[in-house]
Amino acid sequence: MHFYLNDERVDISHIDPTTTLLRYLRDEAGLRGTKEGCAEGDCGACTVVVLDPARPTNAGASYRAVNSCLLLLPMLHGRRVYTVEGLAEEGAGGAREPHLAQRALMERLGSQCGYCTPGVVMSLVEAAHRSDLDEPWQVDDQLCGNLCRCTGYRPILAAAEAVAGARPEGRLARGLSLWGGAGAAEEARGDAEVHRAAGAGRALAAPSSLEALWAEWAREPQALLVMGGTDLSLMITKRFERPARLISLELLPELRGSEVETLPSGERRWWIGATEALSDVERLARDLCPSLERMLRFFGARQIKNRGTLGGNLCTASPIGDTPPALLALGASVELRSAAGARLLPLEELFVSYRRTALRPQELLARVCVPLPAPAAPGEETRHDRAYKVSKRQELDISAVSAAFSVTLSRPLAPAAGGAGGAPPVVVAARLAYGGVAAIPTRARAAEGALVGALWSEEALERAVAALAQDFTPISDHRGSAWYRATVAGNLLRGFWHEVSAGAPARLPYRPTAAVSL
Amino acid sequence: MNSSRHTPLSPAGSPLHHDALHDSALRHVTGEALYVDDLPEPPRTLVGWPVTARVARGRITRLDVEAARAAPGVRAVLTAADVPGVNDVSPFSHDEPLLAAGEVFAVGQVIALVVGESYDACRAGAARVVVEVEPLPALLTIEAAEAAGSYHGTPHFMRRGDVDAALAAAPVRLSGEVRTGGQEHFYLETHAALVVPQELNHLLVHSSTQHPSEVQAKVAEVLGLSRSAVVVEARRMGGGFGGKETQAAHVACLAALAAARLRRPVKLCLNRDQDMVMTGKRHPFVSRYEAGFSAQGDLLALRVRAVSDGGWAADLSGAILDRCLFHLDGAYYIPALEFEGRVAKTHLASNTAFRGFGGPQGAAVIEEVLHRAAERLGLDPAAVQRRNFYGEAPRDHTPYHQRVEGDRSARVFDELTARARYAERRAEVEAWNARHRWQKRGIAYQPVKFGISFTASHLNQAGALVLIYADGGVQINHGGTEMGQGLHAKMLAVAAHELGLRAEQVRVMHTSTDKVPNTSATAASSGSDLNGQAVAAACVTLRERLRPVAARLLRCAEADVRFEGGRASDVARPDRAVPFEEVTQAAYMAQVSLSAAGFYRTPDVHYDRAAGRGRPFHYFAYGGAVVEVELSTLTGEHRVTRVDVLHDAGRSLIPSIDVGQVEGGFVQGLGWLTREELVWSPEGHLKTHSPDTYKIPALGDAPRAFHVALLTDAAQEGVIHGSKAVGEPPFLLAIGVLGALRHALQSARGGAELAALDAPCTPERILRALATPPGA
Ligand SMILES: Cc1cc2nc3c(=O)[nH]c(=O)nc-3n(C[C@H](O)[C@H](O)[C@H](O)COP(=O)(O)OP(=O)(O)OC[C@H]3O[C@@H](n4cnc5c(N)ncnc54)[C@H](O)[C@@H]3O)c2cc1C
Ligand code: FES
Ligand code: FES
Repeated sequence: MHFYLNDERVDISHIDPTTTLLRYLRDEAGLRGTKEGCAEGDCGACTVVVLDPARPTNAGASYRAVNSCLLLLPMLHGRRVYTVEGLAEEGAGGAREPHLAQRALMERLGSQCGYCTPGVVMSLVEAAHRSDLDEPWQVDDQLCGNLCRCTGYRPILAAAEAVAGARPEGRLARGLSLWGGAGAAEEARGDAEVHRAAGAGRALAAPSSLEALWAEWAREPQALLVMGGTDLSLMITKRFERPARLISLELLPELRGSEVETLPSGERRWWIGATEALSDVERLARDLCPSLERMLRFFGARQIKNRGTLGGNLCTASPIGDTPPALLALGASVELRSAAGARLLPLEELFVSYRRTALRPQELLARVCVPLPAPAAPGEETRHDRAYKVSKRQELDISAVSAAFSVTLSRPLAPAAGGAGGAPPVVVAARLAYGGVAAIPTRARAAEGALVGALWSEEALERAVAALAQDFTPISDHRGSAWYRATVAGNLLRGFWHEVSAGAPARLPYRPTAAVSL
Repeated sequence: MNSSRHTPLSPAGSPLHHDALHDSALRHVTGEALYVDDLPEPPRTLVGWPVTARVARGRITRLDVEAARAAPGVRAVLTAADVPGVNDVSPFSHDEPLLAAGEVFAVGQVIALVVGESYDACRAGAARVVVEVEPLPALLTIEAAEAAGSYHGTPHFMRRGDVDAALAAAPVRLSGEVRTGGQEHFYLETHAALVVPQELNHLLVHSSTQHPSEVQAKVAEVLGLSRSAVVVEARRMGGGFGGKETQAAHVACLAALAAARLRRPVKLCLNRDQDMVMTGKRHPFVSRYEAGFSAQGDLLALRVRAVSDGGWAADLSGAILDRCLFHLDGAYYIPALEFEGRVAKTHLASNTAFRGFGGPQGAAVIEEVLHRAAERLGLDPAAVQRRNFYGEAPRDHTPYHQRVEGDRSARVFDELTARARYAERRAEVEAWNARHRWQKRGIAYQPVKFGISFTASHLNQAGALVLIYADGGVQINHGGTEMGQGLHAKMLAVAAHELGLRAEQVRVMHTSTDKVPNTSATAASSGSDLNGQAVAAACVTLRERLRPVAARLLRCAEADVRFEGGRASDVARPDRAVPFEEVTQAAYMAQVSLSAAGFYRTPDVHYDRAAGRGRPFHYFAYGGAVVEVELSTLTGEHRVTRVDVLHDAGRSLIPSIDVGQVEGGFVQGLGWLTREELVWSPEGHLKTHSPDTYKIPALGDAPRAFHVALLTDAAQEGVIHGSKAVGEPPFLLAIGVLGALRHALQSARGGAELAALDAPCTPERILRALATPPGA
């Protein structure tokens, strides 16, 4: 296996596959511009960019900012990595010209101590070469994974706004056209059935087809699957445990892609490959599924979403995972595959107990299926979907409580405001899902029961809020007390009722004050 | 989002008072700037891994490191028994063993250091260290320490007038408790040291420290060496904020102990979790108060008892407590008062300096008192603030009997509230709140008056060493350290100004104890005040030595020589000039000494702690902020939406750098008061020991509308080029966030009185405040 580091080829077949890119850069390659601030994906000091080839799901080839502290070297197979040392252009007379992102930050005094700066620069590089930055919140999203303790961020945001989408010419721009084509992914897959890296008694295998994967997994039944590594790598960087056998899903075409299927009934179902990066899912959800977009907007940070996947988020089965409530409320199911074949499971049945799933040995999650609401016709049933995430800090934080609600009403709500315009519609169906309140992501069945069949009224709402007490009893921890979680769980439902009743848009505004936007 | 800038970049003449980039800006963005962990390791460098206590307090009954010593790749395991000199790294109270000896006093206290060829080897070795500790009862809160009578040092009192009588006579009386939480520094670069043995028993220590001289002293004491055997170099820090003032010595001494023992270079860099668990933070405070007001909102009397959590060792807790007391008056005159301060001794990590150094904790108390009074009286809190500012005698006496001269509080208030349309916006906010059920806004004014000087008066001194080479090259050395605050850029400007050069013609050298001895920490916002004077003095000495040389070259009177723009010229005939390098070459040939030391001590500062009386401050720095917030009554989430600041940096040395300090200080303060929550287990383990669980502000937390301006026509007499210190004061501006949140909460609660709003105001605290019955 190999990758390109600042345009130089690096062979990694014989390196301990649990070596992170950050450690490699600093300890082996002698590139110490890239810093470690946390080794857990939470500070961005280690940010580098990786050239992501054009795929059907993303907006074209792009440089993606990623946390080098969480990337294991073999994950880079066939990819091009750029660090802060690799940005300068050869100027006149051999002088090194800083990249636009570097200049923009420097000129605005966007560095004080300078320790966060290389990481900020790399996030700005992604911003500079992106073609899909068309809303102000995306600039926040682009930078929120880079903590800076010195500047107070004003000059950093100013630099980001100045470079966002500027697409400067030069080496990196040329690289996009040279190496960004769809062919690049094929090339990485190459002819080998399985790509391997091994060292220090540890091995990683990256099969390039499901067949090869089943064979590999049968040989190494104890091997752990890894995709983005934004969850798994923490065992290496924080707990100092080194898995002896890893299987990477990176090169499997079967687990990629996104497709909207229209059934004969006219219903539409969105199939999302388990290994699609969350940033790509987010981009597609903007039109297809605003409630999922709303949840993903404050999921981790750009660097995390550029590597993290739906498959990883669902299979960790964390009670505070954010996509599970969103997908539970949407009535999603998951396609599980093993050598024996495929099965479709309602998502609720995937979560068995605290961090345990219904995945059988040597079975994986291949795709997620999200039923999309039909466009509402006047006088007909209408579905309202919203998702909410509440955390101590809005950006890059783990939920204290997350929730997603989907209700189907017998007819559209009267346009908002004032006078009682006749009886409200009836709640035909309700799916209320929560994270952070129980050992697994869960639906609030009692509260659903209080709504279904009732009129869409504040009385029914309050009955449903009261019923939540039967559905779960949250616990206290450093993210919030049981009291806070229970109170917020109820208030989110209230907020949902008022948002829907007021006809508030499903998408969040720029810099919302709170998860509930009223 | 924008900030006012005062002056253009790239000035033609003196670089002083003009915008400039950070001196390392280009190196920062290209990744060339080196920090301790980035320095190329000399051959045979080893790394260290500390073995730390897992119980908050106990007696070490067994410590067996034999198996660890035998582990592959491990070269040494060091314990207290291996310390050849004094096993202590405290700044002065001799209560902080480098390696635990017999007893442990906090989770994270270092018991042994494993030194080996790699971190993996060290960790494997560390797992073989056997430590048995018999637990003893631990004090883990201020309340528990108070109940047990467990304190560091002696109480500090300040008194004026008959506070009991004044309280009894006051028409309006309030009492309550203000709690502010601790704060992790979260410098992006964790503590780090690389120690390289030199010839004989000498050591070169690379340390990420704000206080190289103290690191030097501690290394020497721990190893039983003379300070002359130890050179400490501090090129730059990836942030300090006070956290590397005293506590850098610990890491450096551990590495030095190993390097001296093994005669090999040793590097010790804490990872984030180690750093957060082991090192101290901002002091949490609990302050109980009684206050009396007139019906018009005049503060008549105030009694405060402020108690901080010092943690297990004294560190700088005493001085931090003092500064809290020095700022309990905020910007206000208090006719009758009694302040008492104590430092609780608990079994948590030893708390230490953090930007503001107790000042913010003090100012937060009086702001809450004033806001409550205003709420009780139905007045605009800003009006109550305004009428209580210091004024003409006798309203010019601080609680510690220093007179406030040239108070700028009212000027800043009037200029800023007009510019930020405070009164209109307050009305707009109220109207908005009337229309919105689930979201409420609040707005508040926050004044800052911050005393400048080390309150331990002898620390107010600094030295510099300036070298000029025959070819005109200039190097400046000074005792200050660069942690991002832009000190070096300012020192370049000061030196260039005196020598008549452009800033690019001067090079600032890495701070090193072999250039300037016995330096004070770069702390107390004093870096440019003290070092600037010393640098200027050295440069003036050299310039005056060059003057006769230049006069000879120009064939003019010495008094007519002007150094400017990289040249010496004759003021009478400005067309006649010689380049600086020609003057220096001539000086060399004429056997003129081209190096000079400069020295400065702040005049007139003294304080008698026992009497609570003196003149601890050379001057005060002022500022004001108008802060607007919005909160959700459903989730308690909130956001600072707009901030307008007018800050007094005197005649700013480099406005662009100072604006950066103001912005950064504000957002750091905002984090302290809203997001950053330290949570310990009942056994004294820090549960929020990484950015996963400890949340400093992220980009979206910075106010979208962020207008920072520096006060104009504000030169300060007796300070380098009329400037003022700017490192810490802006941090206090963020206390306005609490005022604005109170306003929003009051609105949400239909005006019901709210007694306490503890910080950090997390979403949960806000929701609790909303659910709290009136007055409780
Ligand atoms: C800084 C940071 C912030 C984060 N923020 C959030 C957040 O806001 N919300 C949130 O929910 N999560 C968050 N996470 C967690 C993590 O990013 C997500 O869970 C992510 O979706 C994991 O995807 P991955 O591809 O990186 O998983 P990996 O780390 O590669 O794998 C995670 C686990 O899932 C298994 N797995 C992965 N893919 C499959 C598959 N297709 N089939 C079967 N098993 C599979 C792996 O074996 C492994 O056990 C955060 C993590 C970090 C480090
Ligand atoms: S080191 Fe902090 S995100 Fe990687
Ligand atoms: S400049 Fe210091 S952390 Fe950003």
